[in-house]
Amino acid sequence: MPKRDDLKKIMIIGAGPIVIGQACEFDYSGSQACKALKEEGYEVVLVNSNPATIMTDPELSDRTYIEPLTSDILEKIIEKERPCAILPTLGGQTALNLVSELAESGILESYDVELIGANLEAIEKAEDRLKFKEALQKIGVAVPRSAIASSVKSAILIAEEIGYPVIIRPAYTLGGAGGGIAYSLEELKNIVELGINYSRINQVLIEESVLGWKEYELEVMRDSADNVVIICSIENMDPMGVHTGDSITVAPVQTLSDREYQSLRDASLKIIREIGVDTGGSNIQFAVNPTDGRFVAIEMNPRVSRSSALASKATGFPIAKIAAKLAVGLTLPEIPNDITRETPASFEPTIDYVVVKIPKFAFEKFPGSDEILTTQMKSVGEVMAIGRTFEEALQKAVRSLENNTYGLFVDKFEKFSLEEIETYLSVPNSERLFCIASAVRKGMEVSQITKITGIDLWFIHKINNIVEMEKKISAYTMHNLPAQLLEDAKTMGFSDIRIGQLTGSGEKDIRKLRQELEIIPSYKMVDTCAAEFDAKTPYMYSTYEECDDDEPSRNKSKIAIIGSGPNRIGQGIEFDYCCVHACYALRELGIETVMINCNPETVSTDYDTSDRLYFEPLTLEDILNVLERERVAGVIIQFGGQTPLNLAKGLEDNGIPIIGTSLNSIDITEDREKFSLITGKLNIPTPSHGMASSVERAVQVAGIVISVLLIAD
Amino acid sequence: MKRAMLVLEDGTTIYGRGFGAVGETYGELVFNTSMTGYVESLTDPSYTGQILMSTYPLVGNYGVCNEDYESDSIKASGFVVKELCKTPSNWRSQMDLDTFMEQNGVPGIEGVDTRELTKRIREHGTLKCRIAVYGNEEPDIDSLIQRTIAQPGISECEVVDRVSTRTYKRVYDGQGPEIVVIDCGIKNSIIEQLKARNAGVLLVPFNSTSGEILNAGPDAVLISNGPGDPSTLKHTIATARELVGRVPLFGICLGHQIISLALGAKTYKLKFGHRGANHPVIDCETGRVFITSQNHGFAVDKDSLEGTGLEITMLNPNDWTVEGIRHRELNIHSIQFHPEAGPGPHDTHNLFDNMMTIINRSVSR
Repeated sequence: MPKRDDLKKIMIIGAGPIVIGQACEFDYSGSQACKALKEEGYEVVLVNSNPATIMTDPELSDRTYIEPLTSDILEKIIEKERPCAILPTLGGQTALNLVSELAESGILESYDVELIGANLEAIEKAEDRLKFKEALQKIGVAVPRSAIASSVKSAILIAEEIGYPVIIRPAYTLGGAGGGIAYSLEELKNIVELGINYSRINQVLIEESVLGWKEYELEVMRDSADNVVIICSIENMDPMGVHTGDSITVAPVQTLSDREYQSLRDASLKIIREIGVDTGGSNIQFAVNPTDGRFVAIEMNPRVSRSSALASKATGFPIAKIAAKLAVGLTLPEIPNDITRETPASFEPTIDYVVVKIPKFAFEKFPGSDEILTTQMKSVGEVMAIGRTFEEALQKAVRSLENNTYGLFVDKFEKFSLEEIETYLSVPNSERLFCIASAVRKGMEVSQITKITGIDLWFIHKINNIVEMEKKISAYTMHNLPAQLLEDAKTMGFSDIRIGQLTGSGEKDIRKLRQELEIIPSYKMVDTCAAEFDAKTPYMYSTYEECDDDEPSRNKSKIAIIGSGPNRIGQGIEFDYCCVHACYALRELGIETVMINCNPETVSTDYDTSDRLYFEPLTLEDILNVLERERVAGVIIQFGGQTPLNLAKGLEDNGIPIIGTSLNSIDITEDREKFSLITGKLNIPTPSHGMASSVERAVQVAGIVISVLLIAD
Repeated sequence: MKRAMLVLEDGTTIYGRGFGAVGETYGELVFNTSMTGYVESLTDPSYTGQILMSTYPLVGNYGVCNEDYESDSIKASGFVVKELCKTPSNWRSQMDLDTFMEQNGVPGIEGVDTRELTKRIREHGTLKCRIAVYGNEEPDIDSLIQRTIAQPGISECEVVDRVSTRTYKRVYDGQGPEIVVIDCGIKNSIIEQLKARNAGVLLVPFNSTSGEILNAGPDAVLISNGPGDPSTLKHTIATARELVGRVPLFGICLGHQIISLALGAKTYKLKFGHRGANHPVIDCETGRVFITSQNHGFAVDKDSLEGTGLEITMLNPNDWTVEGIRHRELNIHSIQFHPEAGPGPHDTHNLFDNMMTIINRSVSR
C-alpha cells in the first residue's frame, strides 16, 4: 500500500523529562520518527518539554514546540497548527496518556485530528487491565487470575480470594509506578493506597502471583495490511517479580525450545491483532512456568518502549523508524532493510551472537532507599553488550556499567558467610549477579542457587563456567599462563584487568602478553540476518574468534568519539546529545566518524549517526582495541561526560591523540587544587577552600576555611 | 576430550572440539539461521546427505525432547556449532545434545567460527565437507582433503532412497479424505497437520508407480519434502506426471519441485539455499506476507513455468524465487516452504485447511 497522501501535517509528542522508568530511549524513538516522516515528505510538528534531546533540534522537525506536556497546552498547539494526525506511540507512556486525555475530552474530534499508530480503542484495550484481560480471554490466551479494585476495601476482598502473595498493577502508569507485590494484608493496604493515587483512572489490578516463573518479552510489529513480524525475543534472567527494566535480560531467548517459543509467538500475533494496534511496534510480556511450560500473558505496551530500543540495537532493525513509516500507511514489504539494502523489512531478524542488558542503579545517591527490586522500576539507565558466547556478553556488560567491576567479583560478598549469602540471594537486588558468583566460589551447588533465586539453571551454569575459568587462571602467573588458556578466557569475556587480578599482574602486562601472543579481538557485524546476506552498515562488536567481518577504512583523517555510557544521576542524555552533534559536525566537514558506546537507549548508537559504530564497553582495554584497529587521527573525549574523561590519561599514555580539550586542561579543571591555583593567578574570587585526604587534615582545613565548608570528592 | 577436524573441498581445515559420535562423516555443508529448533532440524530427513551448521552460536541450551523429532533418528550427517551446551535447562529435556548425537552415531564439531564459514558458503556456494571426530590419533589431513574432494556431491547421492518408506505404511485412519503421501522423507509435523484435520494418511515408497498409488483409492496425493536434487528422481517425476489430472495433487518442498518437473518446468541449484525460520513469502494475490520455515537447496526456475499450465502463487521477496505454484485448470498446488513449520513460525498452517477444502470439494464432485 502506498503511503497516505491525505495526511499533510503530523504531530509527534515526545516523552518529556527523563525520569526513572523513562530515559533517553524516547529521544532515540522520537528522533527516528521525525526523520522518517520528514523523509517521506510530511510536515512534522514536534512537542516536547525536554530540550536536552536530539529530537528537539530545530532541523529535525518543521516546527518544534518546547512546552509543558499537558493537555491544555497541547490543545492550544493543535488549534494553532491544525495537524491532520498525531503519532502518539513513540513518546512513551507520557504521550500515550496525553492523547488518551485529548481523545476523551473530545479535543481530537473537535479539531478533526486522527490518531495514527494506535487508536484510542487499542490504547484502552492494552492499558486498561480489565479490558486487556477480557480481550485475551476472548482469543484463548491465558492470563493470571485477577480482578480490578478501585478501593483498598475491594482490593482486600480480591486478595483473599486469590491468595497471597498478589501483584498490584495500577492502570496507565509508567515503569510499574505505584505497583508492587504484597505478601500480607498490611503490605496490600499500603501499596493499593499508593497505586490508586498513581493511576490516571484510580484503578489497580490485583493479580495472581506468578513469582518465580520465567519472564519473556516479544517485540512485535504490525502493518496496515495486517502483516505481523517478531523483531526480537528477550529472556529475563531474573524471574517474574522484578520489573523487566530492572532485570538482566538476554536476547534472543535461550532456554525455550522451538515448540515453546512458537507458542509465545502465536499468542503475540493473536494479541496484537485483537488489541488492534494498527501499525507499529508493541512489546508483549509473558510468564512461563519453569516446571510445566504453562504460560500466561502479563501485559502489552501498545507503543515503542525501552525494550524496543534494546531490541533495535540488539538486532539492527530500527523499530521506531519503521513504526513511523508504517503509521503513514507503508507496509513492511515496501520498506527496505537498511542494513542489507536488497531485502525488505518484512522478515524476522535472526542473530548470530548473544546480547546481554544489565540495568544501572543509583541507590548510592539515595541513602536509605529500598534496594530490593520489585515490579516497580528503579534503575536509572542500562548497558548492553554483544558477544559470541553468553559469558562474553555478560562480562562485557558488567564492565560497561562503570561500577569498578571488571569481572564477576565484588569483594564484600567474598566476606559473607554461606548463610549470609543465602539470605542475600533470596531477595532480588541490584548486586545479586555478583553475589551468585561468590556463592559459586564458596561451593554452593548450582541447583541450590536456582532454588533460592528462581534464576534458571542455565544462567547459573554460565556463571559457574566463569568462576571455573577464574580458578584455572589463578593457578598461573602472567609468566607461565598458557596461551590457550588466555585465549579461552578472552572468548569468555574476561577483561585484562580481571586476568591481571587473577594472575597477580596488571592490566598493562596482560595487554602486552596478549599482543605478543597475537590474541587480539576480531570484529563482527550486527546485520539482522546472521550473515545470510551481505551487510552494508558497519555496526560492529568485538569477540575473540578467527576472522573479522570487514576491514577498517584506510582513511587517515577519521575521528573517534567516545560516548557517555549508561545514564546515571548527573550524567544523562545531554552528553549523548553532544556526542551526536560532534558526529554531525564532523560529517558536515567530510570527516569519517567512529562512535564507541554501550548505551542502547541512545541516538549515538543508531547505526546511521556515525560512519562506523562500535558497540563496546567504555573501558581502556576495549577502546584501545578499537582504536588500534581503526587507526584514527584523533579521539574526542570531551563530549561524553565523566566517562571518557576518566579514560583520558590511559589513552594518552598509549599514544592516542586526544583532540579538542587536552588532557592537561582536563586535569586542571578536574583537580580542585590545580584549579584554585589558576583562579588565584587570574584573580577570580572563589569560596575559600582547601584539600584534605585524611580526616585529621580535613578538620584542620575546616578550621582554616571559615566562610564555607564544602566537602567535595 | 574428543577432538575434531572439519575440512572443505577447497582445502580449508578447521580444528575444534568433537561431540557426538567418534568417527568420520561427510556431506554438503549447509547453514540454518533459525535460533531454535536444532532437534527438529537434525531429525528432518531433508538434511540427509548434508552437514548442518547453526548460525546461532549457542546450541543445545534446552536439551533434547523426543516429542520434537521430525523422524525416528538424526538424519543430518554431522553438526557444526560455535558452542555446545553441556548443561541444558528445560522442563521437557530428556538428554543433552551430545548424548543424543552419540546415541545416533552422528559426529559433531564445536568451537568453530560459524559466522566466518557461513560467509564462505554465502560467497562460494555450498561446499563438500567432512568432519572427523577423534581421540588422540589425529587423522591425516591430506588424505582427509582428498577424500572430501572425491566424495560425491549431493546430486550424485541417492538420498531419498535412504529415507523413503520401504513399505506401504498406514499412519492414520482418519474419517476425512484419504491422502496418499509419496514419501520422499516426510517430516512428522506434516503428518501431524494431516491428522489434526482428520485425513486418512497412507505413506507409499518414493518409487511407487502411479497404478499402485491409484489402486489405493486416494482422494488426493501429496508428494512430501525430502533431500537432494529433484531432477535425479526420474521415477517419481514420471509417476507424478501420470497422476496429473487423475487425482488432486499437492507438493511440499521437494514435492513441489517434483510436480514442477513433472509438468515440464525446470529446477536449478541455489547458490547456498534457504534454510531458516525467518523467510518472508508474499502471496501474489493478496500481497500479504507470511514468515515461513524453509529448507531447500534447489528452486523452480520461474521462466521455465511458461507453457506448463502452472502459475506462480507465492514469491520470496528476498530474492524473488518461486515459493508456490498452482495449475491454471487442474487441482494441482504446491509450495516450496514448510507450512508445517517444525521448527519455525506457524503463519501458514492455514494452507493445510485450504488443501482440505480443495480435496473435499473435489470429493463431493
